[in-house]
Amino acid sequence: MMIAVASGKGGTGKTLIAASLALSLGKAILVDCDVEEPNAHLLISPQWQLTKEVLLPFPKVDLAKCNFCQECQRVCRFGAIVVLADQVLTFPELCHSCGACALICPSKAISEEKRKIGEIRVGIRNGIKLMEGRLQVGEPMATPIIRELKRWLDKEDSTIIFDAPPGTSCPVIHTLRATDYALLVTEPTPFGLNDLRLAVGVARKLNLPIGLIINKAGIGDRGVYDYAQEQNLPILLEIPEDRAIAEAYSRGKSLVEAFPEYKKIFLGLFEKINLQAGENVRKAVGSSKR
Amino acid sequence: MSVKQLAVVSGKGGTGKTSLAACFAALGPGLLIADCDVDAANLHLIASPMILKKQDFYGGAKAEIDPELCQRLGICREVCRFDAVIFEAAAQPVRYRIDPIACDGCGSCVEFCVSRAIKMIQPKAGEWYRSETRFGPMVHARLGIGDENSGKLVSMVRKASLKLADEKGLKMVLIDGPPGIGCPVIASLTGVDYALAVTEPTMSGIHDLKRISELCRHFFIPVGVVINKFDLNPLISEEIKKFAETNHYDFIGRIPYDPDFTRAMVQGKSLMEFNSSPVSNTISEMWEYIKNLIK
Repeated sequence: MMIAVASGKGGTGKTLIAASLALSLGKAILVDCDVEEPNAHLLISPQWQLTKEVLLPFPKVDLAKCNFCQECQRVCRFGAIVVLADQVLTFPELCHSCGACALICPSKAISEEKRKIGEIRVGIRNGIKLMEGRLQVGEPMATPIIRELKRWLDKEDSTIIFDAPPGTSCPVIHTLRATDYALLVTEPTPFGLNDLRLAVGVARKLNLPIGLIINKAGIGDRGVYDYAQEQNLPILLEIPEDRAIAEAYSRGKSLVEAFPEYKKIFLGLFEKINLQAGENVRKAVGSSKR
Repeated sequence: MSVKQLAVVSGKGGTGKTSLAACFAALGPGLLIADCDVDAANLHLIASPMILKKQDFYGGAKAEIDPELCQRLGICREVCRFDAVIFEAAAQPVRYRIDPIACDGCGSCVEFCVSRAIKMIQPKAGEWYRSETRFGPMVHARLGIGDENSGKLVSMVRKASLKLADEKGLKMVLIDGPPGIGCPVIASLTGVDYALAVTEPTMSGIHDLKRISELCRHFFIPVGVVINKFDLNPLISEEIKKFAETNHYDFIGRIPYDPDFTRAMVQGKSLMEFNSSPVSNTISEMWEYIKNLIK
């Protein structure tokens, strides 16, 4: 079972929910895909077991072999390689590491070198395995790290929870794709609703079953509730706006750690998700038989 | 006189960037608003822009295989480093197809396909707008759901903002940035005169502040730090202040937790328009201070 926790809007409580769910289950893999600002480790406090660099190849030109034909420049769609009269400039931050320049070069003057754009850390704590992607500051591309995280995942039979980054663009898509369930966390405010609509759009595009969690319930207005009803989206859990929760979070405490009664609530949530995801599978099998 | 650019950023999402940017927009005067959080934009919910001009945005290209021309040699699958070429062995007849989500748009497959069966298509990936609001002109955008290249769209918003501000003789472009430190954030920050980092006193808040301020330093952009909801954890607030001072970032000030921000948002207003309170006074003072810094 692979559950992706996402939201559109930032700061709605994705990481708090993802970590609390993992800790309640007792045995789970938590994958922090918010590689630009990974925060799950602050709530899990794992013992780090290993670190692996995420390396991306970029072109290196051997000027002795180069005949300045400009084929590499032509084939590169990202402007990462520019051929001048007697030299070739490369821009590693623009390079997407597709390898086309090296393949096309008729004089075999281009080889590839690797550079670090971030790292993956794996840590454990009481049955929880945390896998964290971390983009190096100054590097623009988050997606290769998310791809690498997923490549590394050994799927065993345990539950895998993905903590998605905010937004709705490429890093979010790459987190959500090939998971079984989109658990969308929102807050009942106009900003929350606006971004929830976008997140629902992403999840639907990927054909994922969707469940909602409303965090900070009690603030704002009823817009999110009306939308959920109108779209027939189940609200699986409401967490009240509560200063005590916010204070505990500020100190790096998850819901279940600060308020043990939440463990039962999260186990109940997990059951609902399983049920809904199971139905979804049955529906899909049923329709393909028809 | 050149147009000054101020970017409101945060690293961590949900710290109050947009609520604070809306306050500054209301205080102005003489600025243009650029909403650069193009994949989850919110400022329009407060600024209620009247759209004057709408333009389509074409993002990254995607490969597409023409099954008529494809000779099923599988070269595309060999050259693709993004696992975007899917071989459908169960299809009748067997075929290759591109997974548009995985496709990075590099065009290697197009280049090496001997049957010339692959071409790049560039679908519409969003829209951007030039608008008028009660605070002044606004440039904003909307990335298509799940589309890519938010950085490219941010750059278009930035460019249009600068041009428009210049035409209208405005002094400043106020940029509401996206969360994170990746490509759209870098696109929001390059070339700005000042970055205002809005944080909150939580362990995540300070962790993320360190990364976003390091990013600004990487691009030689001066940083000011504002703590929102500072009273949530005074100890961490103090730690943030020390962090700012040790690293020679400007410490701009502290805003207490105030439910009026949400109440104002529900009414489509900035806090400045909602009420006059000690909090709104604090924000006015901050704004004067910031304007002086980047004059």
